[in-house]
Amino acid sequence: MRYFELFAVPVDYNIDLATINKHYLELQRTVHPDRHANASARDKLMAVQSAAEINDALQTLKHPVKRAEYMLSELGVDIRAEQQTLQDPMFLMQQMELREELEELSSASDPDTAIANFEKQIKQLNEQYSAQLAEQLASNNEQQYQLAADNIRKLKFVYKLRDELERIEDSLFDD
Amino acid sequence: MALLQIAEPGQSAAPHEHKLAVGIDLGTTNSLVATVQSGEARTLTDELGAAMLPSVVRYQAGGITVGADAVQAATQDPSNTLISVKRFLGKTQAEIEQSYGQLPYDFCEDNGTLAIQTEAGKISPVKASSHILGALKARAEKSFGNQEILGAVITVPAYFDDAQRQSTKDAAELAGINVLRLLNEPTAAAVAYGLDSGQEGIIAVYDLGGGTFDISILRLHQGVFEVMATGGDSSLGGDDFDSLLVDYFKQQTGVSVLSPSVLRLFINKAKACKEALSQYAKVNVVLEFDEQKYTVEVTREKFDELAIPLVKKTLRSCRRAVKDAGIENEEVLQVIMVGGSTRMPLVRSQVESFFDKEPLTSIDPDRVVALGAALQADVLIGNKPDSDMLLLDVLPLSLGLETMGGLVEKIIPRNTTIPVARAQEFTTFKDGQTAMSLHVLQGERELVDDCRSLAKFSLKGIPPMAAGAAHIRVTFKVDADGLLSVSAMEKSTGVQADIQVKPSFGLSDDQVANMLKESMSNAKDDMQARMLKEQQVEALRVIEALEASLAVDANLLDEVQLANLKAEIAELAKVRENAQQPSDIKAAIEKVDNASSEFASRRMDASIKKALTGQSVDNI
Repeated sequence: MRYFELFAVPVDYNIDLATINKHYLELQRTVHPDRHANASARDKLMAVQSAAEINDALQTLKHPVKRAEYMLSELGVDIRAEQQTLQDPMFLMQQMELREELEELSSASDPDTAIANFEKQIKQLNEQYSAQLAEQLASNNEQQYQLAADNIRKLKFVYKLRDELERIEDSLFDD
Repeated sequence: MALLQIAEPGQSAAPHEHKLAVGIDLGTTNSLVATVQSGEARTLTDELGAAMLPSVVRYQAGGITVGADAVQAATQDPSNTLISVKRFLGKTQAEIEQSYGQLPYDFCEDNGTLAIQTEAGKISPVKASSHILGALKARAEKSFGNQEILGAVITVPAYFDDAQRQSTKDAAELAGINVLRLLNEPTAAAVAYGLDSGQEGIIAVYDLGGGTFDISILRLHQGVFEVMATGGDSSLGGDDFDSLLVDYFKQQTGVSVLSPSVLRLFINKAKACKEALSQYAKVNVVLEFDEQKYTVEVTREKFDELAIPLVKKTLRSCRRAVKDAGIENEEVLQVIMVGGSTRMPLVRSQVESFFDKEPLTSIDPDRVVALGAALQADVLIGNKPDSDMLLLDVLPLSLGLETMGGLVEKIIPRNTTIPVARAQEFTTFKDGQTAMSLHVLQGERELVDDCRSLAKFSLKGIPPMAAGAAHIRVTFKVDADGLLSVSAMEKSTGVQADIQVKPSFGLSDDQVANMLKESMSNAKDDMQARMLKEQQVEALRVIEALEASLAVDANLLDEVQLANLKAEIAELAKVRENAQQPSDIKAAIEKVDNASSEFASRRMDASIKKALTGQSVDNI
């Protein structure tokens, strides 16, 4: 688990964000290109690459879905580039209903309340699918990994909804 | 008797000597240059004691005038006097006309890039900007007894896109300035305030200048300025408030069609009226032209009524930035006001009520950006080796690629900390497809047409495969200046294409080089001599940097590697002494560079490991 090692924190889905942030700043103090402004071209390039990698590591660990995908891939189950779709009719049906609801938000009579309600639903789903992830990822059990993969796939749907919701909120702001 | 030693130009004699670096605020209306002396940043003034150089350039057949003298000429000679050219950087003529309406300029094309026809020929916004930067550079050199400026930090609006940033950097290169860093204006302001007060916590920087608006939310912690989110509008500023007043004058006088010089008169009167209204409740504007005379009364109330939609627009950007930062308004400890337009009472009161906090204005809002830039320049040039200041900035606008159906696939979302590298895989759409054209876009909207087109390039030579079988990996890299480069590679064959993103309407590297050549007074020999000198200085820098690293970290290499590297360094030193062609030195530098790559990478790994040693880790 390179990223965890990089930030000198234990490998655990439940992260200690404060420590990670603190260590992140210490690492950037060392590698950031501004710290190598007078170095040779090769060292400068190295600094940009390292700083970018550390930024990417932080983004990955900070984001609940990316963190889970990363941990799972390090455990040998890489679902980050998969094309395969989810085989869960109940879940997909629910997603379709949520999408419809989402599309009607901007034309709702009270969009602010409608958005707040929708946000609450998303939050619930998020909690539902991420609840078991920490245990599954720490289980050292192939079957549990597959269950984790399914949970991550579902979480991805939930985060897509969240992104869409943000877009709708933005467009309402812009009016 | 010992001989006196004189150093090579461009390098200091002693390693700890104070090196001259400046911060430049290239503004829409005014530009400034500042530097750090005896630990304190200060702006440099002209002979008359003025710190602000109006960003105005007049082009006549006989020569170029920059600054206050050019401003004087604006009304008599509007079409040759370029004002607010910063707004034109990285833009097309259509975009400019749509944003700013009637302007007294004769737009034309020069080698496919936007230019303005003047008595002194076609002038691009980049060129005009380079003349402003050149005037500031000359001012700085003069105030230091013609000492050479070794580098500059140049500020840009945080919300500038890639095309606008690249244009700014091109302008600096044309002016012969070594750019240490492009720095976002609000971040520069935060540095000026933050280093003063030693403040910790979250601050908001509201920056409303002559032509651009930025809002940045930053977290300050032990010398680190971490930008959490940024937002804004790169074509909203003081000029837009002026143009509201111009429209009001037209309406009140009934004169709707204006000649270029009367238009310039109206704009100047509008600007003066706006400034006066920051102090007085009512202003009478006298408009005298073509033997007509009108008096228009403008009250502050009337002006506020005209201006409020624009101010509200800035607050919407604030709301979005606060949300993007993942915080609530109450968490903002301080609000810093930057830019001349924040002198408007309406702006101050609206920002105060939005953040529920009285904004800070203790540093002159016109100078704070240049001062912050100077502070960073001082650190970057190496005058403060013990400084723990670090600026972590973000990408202001999402970057993406065009996919099927005119949609944009985002590769790097806005507010991602830079530098950043991100890759995404794409595949072919048709059986046997051997080429793929890539269209790089910047913006938040879903449709290609609503985003800014940054560049188009193609990856050719993909072996024919079934649709969907090829794996094309596209990598976006954004450096610490916020500048993008893109590369694409077909994975099974390794076919590759790279592009340094230069906007289709911007300047290519060749164009910049050509313009540089043109601007040099004399032909090939001068150029050759200058390039040879540059390569010699660069070679020495490489040698010194490597020797310094070897003195500390030689143990990271085994004996053979060490001997090889030392031999290459010795060879470079020899070539540097004897070579007549700059290209020979360049080649030798590249060889050393390649030979040292393993060493550089081991050193970086070692320093990363060292950074966190002593941190307790329970179970890795």
